Amino acid sequence: MDNTTNTRQDNKAEARLIMEGITVNYGDFVANDNVNLVVYPGQIKALLGENGAGKTTLMKVLAGLLHPEGGRIIVDGQEVSIDSPQDSQRLGIGMVHQHFMLIPKLTVAQNICIGLKSTGYPFPDVRKVEEELSELSEQYNLLVDPKAIVSTLSIGTQQRVEILKALYRGAKILILDEPTSILTPQETAGLFDIIHFLTKRGNSVIFISHKLNEVMEISDRITVLRQGHVTAELAKQETTERQLAILMVGREFQTEKHLKPVPENAKELVCLDNITYIDHRKVSVLNGINLTVKAGEIHSIAGVDGNGQVELASILSGLLHQTKGKFTLNGKDLSKASPKERLQAGLAHIPSDRHKYGMILDLSMEDNFIIEGSEREPVSHRGILQKDAITSFSENLVKDYDIRCKSVKQKASTLSGGNQQKLVLARELSRNPIFVLAMQPAHGLDVGATEFVHKKLIEQRNAGSAVLLISTELDEVFDLSDRISVIYEGRILATIKREEATRENIGLLMTGKTNG
Amino acid sequence: MEPILNFLSTPIVEGFFSASMRLAIPIMLAAIGGIFNERAGLSNIGMEGFMILGSLFGFVIAYATGSIWISIAAVIVIGAIQGLIMGYFEITLKVNQVVFGITMNLFCVGLTSFLYRIIFGVGNSPRIDPLPTLSIPVLSKIPLIGPLFFQQTILAYITYLIVIITAIFFSRTAWGLNFISSGENPEAAETLGVDVILTRYIAIVISGILCTVGGAFLSTAATGLFVQNMTAGRGYIALAILVIGRRNPWGVFGAALLFGAADALQLRTQLFSFKIPYQFLVMLPYVLCMVVMILFSRTSSAPAALGEPYERGGKKE
Repeated sequence: MDNTTNTRQDNKAEARLIMEGITVNYGDFVANDNVNLVVYPGQIKALLGENGAGKTTLMKVLAGLLHPEGGRIIVDGQEVSIDSPQDSQRLGIGMVHQHFMLIPKLTVAQNICIGLKSTGYPFPDVRKVEEELSELSEQYNLLVDPKAIVSTLSIGTQQRVEILKALYRGAKILILDEPTSILTPQETAGLFDIIHFLTKRGNSVIFISHKLNEVMEISDRITVLRQGHVTAELAKQETTERQLAILMVGREFQTEKHLKPVPENAKELVCLDNITYIDHRKVSVLNGINLTVKAGEIHSIAGVDGNGQVELASILSGLLHQTKGKFTLNGKDLSKASPKERLQAGLAHIPSDRHKYGMILDLSMEDNFIIEGSEREPVSHRGILQKDAITSFSENLVKDYDIRCKSVKQKASTLSGGNQQKLVLARELSRNPIFVLAMQPAHGLDVGATEFVHKKLIEQRNAGSAVLLISTELDEVFDLSDRISVIYEGRILATIKREEATRENIGLLMTGKTNG
Repeated sequence: MEPILNFLSTPIVEGFFSASMRLAIPIMLAAIGGIFNERAGLSNIGMEGFMILGSLFGFVIAYATGSIWISIAAVIVIGAIQGLIMGYFEITLKVNQVVFGITMNLFCVGLTSFLYRIIFGVGNSPRIDPLPTLSIPVLSKIPLIGPLFFQQTILAYITYLIVIITAIFFSRTAWGLNFISSGENPEAAETLGVDVILTRYIAIVISGILCTVGGAFLSTAATGLFVQNMTAGRGYIALAILVIGRRNPWGVFGAALLFGAADALQLRTQLFSFKIPYQFLVMLPYVLCMVVMILFSRTSSAPAALGEPYERGGKKE
């Protein structure tokens, strides 16, 4: 947008923040190796990298949560040492964490007062803070009611509270750690407006992300990290998404399409007939969902988060009971079947929250692999678990799915996010399912792991399974689907063939507009 | 109007109201202590242990020195030390808080019986003069309210003050916000400059002091004697009162008073020779507790990080 920020890059005296040669070790593991980062006033700097590339580590150094082994930090021309979160705050650095650092039970103003003696000690003047917040939120176009209890606010608003909190504490450099990962497309657009507004007023923003399109949209300059090293430092205009992807992953990755079309006469393996769900608050969450998935087809349900997707997935996997409606799989009525009966009928479930529903973090990988089939041969024989068989079964899966681990005996919690998702995939797909229910299967994964998950889903499709993909990511939906349905307020608004769908019409449908 | 007022000022009815508060105070003190540790994110299942220790030492020191005030001062120190010990196990060593609390209870009940026998031998407890009742002029003459609130010992009046201070502490002060944030989201608290470890230590020390003083009230203010296992589960009841009162000082005040009234009622009913076995009457306050718990079960207000040890620097992602 404005070129001024790009021409200033040589004049380091004007820089708001310079990090030079930052090195951080976790034991033997080098999380940051001689990393440099320069940010100017009014600049939006993107920090791009896969999960585990060292982005968060670098920012923890700035936030005063980690002390680097080497390197120096210069803020506004002064070399500084950041030993605590308070030091960081005093230097005008504000961090918006990926997981919000808010107390849900307190009001916005009370949240701002925590740990801040200047608001009055020991009796914080909450009313004065409320007034100041109203002013500040007006000044920065951040619509927040200071008197609201945080837990009653939407995720997007809570994020604005975090930004407001940082600004109230005098932040001039705002660090946003994966800020869009939990936002709806509309909320993301709102956040981008706020970011532009902030930088116009001279604040600097460090935008941490692994989403290429967002980085290309919002940033002025981009620093790419891979395995703790800076692999590039570029202006947005000098680069492309494709080049950034290669810099980030270290190789070119392909988004190859599954070529052979679904035959017209393919069997409809999955049939949902008028699935309706009314929850305990008497709110009608699902209103008569009718849907089919054919053998060898990926059918996507696109939609903004919170339109009944979670409930639909829970009903299909047997964790929730529909108020009415029928679910059949391969001609078998599973409407009232238990989760176990559904698994035996050929369902594979890849849940959106893998930590809660996909695995038991405190158990070993082995245990997680056999948890659903612990009574089957050869893993168990006459009710006794066969250790050798379990180990070899697990090791085969680790090999087939390229799961990076030291041993199959290690706890699932010690794996990275991508490898945890591979573990879930390996277990679910090893049963040779005929119906794969995948909800947000790439949520929180880096490019490489996402690509792997998508490849596996396509393999299942090509092998003749029915795949139902529930996703809020349009890219994913368009990359994988044969048919796309759009869910809005618990209704399927339309089902469109992939070839006939455009981003515009799907996007419009997602906002509830059927004839626009 | 007249007959009602006359009825309310009969000695039996006045005695009932005054006893309701007297029986409520020890539980109230302990449960108010519980508000501090629970809202800071720490469990204290060991309240029973703190209370019985307070009962014994309160009695013994008052017996030896002849001064209840010296005994209360000593009990405060003992409660603080016991709180520190519990904090060391629960905060620093991060042992399971439920298991440690129960261990503490079993240990203290055994220890007090043992010490009591060493000091006084087997037989009847000696007696001390309990704290006198201090009737507040004018106010104590109001029907119902007078005997309930203003015909009490000075420890009761101090307890009212503690309830008020606690309410202000959590709703108006920066320290209260520190406590709440440590109990709801310790990571967030730490990023905002709150020392979660220190906050939790302070919380458990306050809790320890209030619980032991509550125990001391039983022996020094309510009865003037000590009997083995004299707290008889009041520490556990305080835990229930804490939940029923939703970890709110006024809620705890009301819930403890309700329990005290039930207890006073059953004691008085025993005196009339109804054809009900007295064991059923003794059950009354506990049954009431369960019923109220069932009624309130839907609206839980437990702090999000209650019972979870805090690791500084966070777990690696």
